[in-house]
Amino acid sequence: MRLWLPLSILGAWAFLAILTPVLSLTPDAIDLTKILSPPSLEHWLGHDELGRPVADRLLSGAHTSFFVSLCVVALGVSLGGILGVSSAYLGEWVDAVFVRIVDVMLAFPGLLLAIALAGALGPGIGNVILALGIVGWVGYARLARGQVLALKHADHVLAAQAIGAPPWRIILRHLLPLIMAPLIIEASFGVASAIIAEAGLSFLGLGVQPPAASWGSMIRDGTRYMLVAPHLVVFPGLALMAVVLAANMLGDWLRDRLDVKEQRSRRS
Amino acid sequence: MSYFLVTRILSAMIALLGVIFLVFLLIHMIPGDPVEVMLGESAQPTDKESLRHALGLDRPLHQQWWIYVNGLLHLDLGTSLFSGRAIVDLLIERIPATLYLSLVSLLVTIGLALPLGLVAAVRQHTPLDYGAMGFALFGMSIPNFWMGPLLILVGALWLGWFPVSGKEGWNSVVLPALTLGTAMAAILARMIRSSVLEVLGEDFMRTAHAKGLSSTRAVLCHALPNALLPILTLLGLQLGGLLGGAVITETVFAWPGLGLLMIEAIQQRDYPVVQAAVLCISVTYIMVNLLTDLLYAWLDPRIRFTTD
Repeated sequence: MRLWLPLSILGAWAFLAILTPVLSLTPDAIDLTKILSPPSLEHWLGHDELGRPVADRLLSGAHTSFFVSLCVVALGVSLGGILGVSSAYLGEWVDAVFVRIVDVMLAFPGLLLAIALAGALGPGIGNVILALGIVGWVGYARLARGQVLALKHADHVLAAQAIGAPPWRIILRHLLPLIMAPLIIEASFGVASAIIAEAGLSFLGLGVQPPAASWGSMIRDGTRYMLVAPHLVVFPGLALMAVVLAANMLGDWLRDRLDVKEQRSRRS
Repeated sequence: MSYFLVTRILSAMIALLGVIFLVFLLIHMIPGDPVEVMLGESAQPTDKESLRHALGLDRPLHQQWWIYVNGLLHLDLGTSLFSGRAIVDLLIERIPATLYLSLVSLLVTIGLALPLGLVAAVRQHTPLDYGAMGFALFGMSIPNFWMGPLLILVGALWLGWFPVSGKEGWNSVVLPALTLGTAMAAILARMIRSSVLEVLGEDFMRTAHAKGLSSTRAVLCHALPNALLPILTLLGLQLGGLLGGAVITETVFAWPGLGLLMIEAIQQRDYPVVQAAVLCISVTYIMVNLLTDLLYAWLDPRIRFTTD
């Protein structure tokens, strides 16, 4: 249950997000007779302030959030992982400089830097990915660095060094596989926060631009009609919450299964 | 102690310098000509040149950097392009609202998280634990920009107990503080639970029980103080984030704080104000984190004396 519920929600999200291009949706089709019409049997989720079908926009928003969060996490894990591992393994001044850079990045609270970057770069989906990627790699890098610092004097690394393996080979074959578990846990929480961040930027008007749909911009547009048409705010929010909840639950499950420290404290 | 103090303050200073540098670079990250972006494409060439000169953008980068730092040292952040007022005045105007909202939100956070986290830890693997942690998981997963509108819908539009937005009257703070507090309490409650759980298995807890303390007393007087350090760190991080202006929540509720100032400035393409707001928010964040770390060291001698 703890695994199947989140996996099926995330699976459905990914499945629908990938399928949206072939589903012949009409997220931008305007029907002036249906402006703000509530959910009905024919149109399950009703219509928005321009008479566009909310269900189609919701699916097209799923596509946006899936695409953006996957790119952001992939960018973050690969960039952060490589930088963190190399920095810890190479040590000396490389590591010292790296730690300073990470400190500076972490000195910005939460989404602030991403909002400022998105504000400077201008709106658009590419800039959202860039802004969130620039902010997002730091967590993975710090995690990877910490893990490698603990591992780099392990016997098998020493043995690899002794038989003359080059640094890149040690990093790729002997260090990265061992730190994958914590990175994967972090990444599944990262998916959750990337989805929220994308929707947040779109809510602020800094993300995906109209007429394209994002769950964040749907919520923002819906707030103006909240009293007459609460479904405009409720449905995209429910979708967002379901997916984020699933990603967080998956992260929790992975951490309980993969994290040794947690298991020990549970046994005692 | 002095070694820890010096290194911690030094690293905060370096982070501060890095933050100032990044904020300085922000205006150069605008694609194309920043002056044209700020004034619009139809601006007169003379206006563009005079703004370019006023912002110092016609000088080489290293000169611009020194001018910027020099301005900061004199607390001169420039003037707003939109309102023509000194940016320092704009910031000072917005700080009290953010401070007020932060403190109320922090109270909500602690008030929710402490009982939830403690109950979940003490009654581990019971329905109470699952209920508290389920609440926390939901709280973590509901974004502020959805929670806010829902609270407005129920508390302001349907029930009419609170104003929809703005900062007028004593009760206008309730909905934004609940929005921020619930989300943060969710994270804090999980931290309190795991931190207290770690302590509950310690020998001194067995001693406390063995000498006949009630379990309430044992938990409140022995477990909680020892579990406090990671909790305080997280609380410090959260307070820092709050003081810096909860950008999204302030936007939802049109709460006139630093976060809203920044969003308004982005919408008006008033980049000097954006820079100043980001800087002000980040500096606050760094300072609160520094203070938290110092408090942490003061509370825990193990940290104070490690590298002496």
